[in-house]
Amino acid sequence: MADILFHLFAFLTIGSSVAVVYNHNAVNSALAFLVGLVGVSGLFVLLDSFLLAVLMVLVYAGAVVALFLFIIMLLDMQGGERPPFSKPTAVAGLIGAALLTVCTMTLIRNFGGLETAEMGAIVPVGANLKHYADQLFTTYLLPVQVVGFLLLIAMLGVIVLSKKFEGMEDVK
Amino acid sequence: MSVGLTEYLTVAAVVFAIGFVGVLIRKNTLVIYMCLELMLVASTIAFVAFSRFNGTMDGNVFVFFILTVAAAEVAVGLAIIVALFRRRQTVQVEELNALKN
Repeated sequence: MADILFHLFAFLTIGSSVAVVYNHNAVNSALAFLVGLVGVSGLFVLLDSFLLAVLMVLVYAGAVVALFLFIIMLLDMQGGERPPFSKPTAVAGLIGAALLTVCTMTLIRNFGGLETAEMGAIVPVGANLKHYADQLFTTYLLPVQVVGFLLLIAMLGVIVLSKKFEGMEDVK
Repeated sequence: MSVGLTEYLTVAAVVFAIGFVGVLIRKNTLVIYMCLELMLVASTIAFVAFSRFNGTMDGNVFVFFILTVAAAEVAVGLAIIVALFRRRQTVQVEELNALKN
């Protein structure tokens, strides 16, 4: 059952990632990204990280994609008649894709898959909320504080960036 | 055959590759940004899979920080794109060539 679900979510994720890249309309790309995030959070559930699955939907699908859609509506840009892809960069993209495919193939062929125990034999520590709290407030206390400051700085930066300065026209 | 670590890593690598190609070939700045997010999400899949098969918490906690940084990054990046659009009236990368020559 878990295997079938894995393949379902994996195809959902990969298929919608392709849709993000190949949709000519930015709104369609954003909605495909949303579907892909649902697939990723399904994968997280299969990996027993329930909290991260919920956070993925809340933060990414709830906040990030909504923000993207807002900006797309706000800017109201139509691609026009220009093609959304360009030829020289298509070559670069092909090279990049080939490189990453080769990396994956080497991983699978040379190591015959990584040697790990069966999933059932390992204790799913990520399923327990207590472990998150335990780690976040002991080992990772400093990073939590730093990330809090990062969010504050990002908020201030966004306010400054989106403000209109009347007296700064000469900066142009 | 049961689904193991390799399958999850393969999914992560494929999604990362698709996001990478998207960053290279798309011309719309917003879609490029979405592809960047796709690459971040792919890395979180790998983190959670490693953490699950290793029986440790560190990968899961790291995904926490990735989520936070991604949220901050999106807010700032989209503000920059909006400011750019106000100034130049476009978000297509081939028209943003003020530094060329």
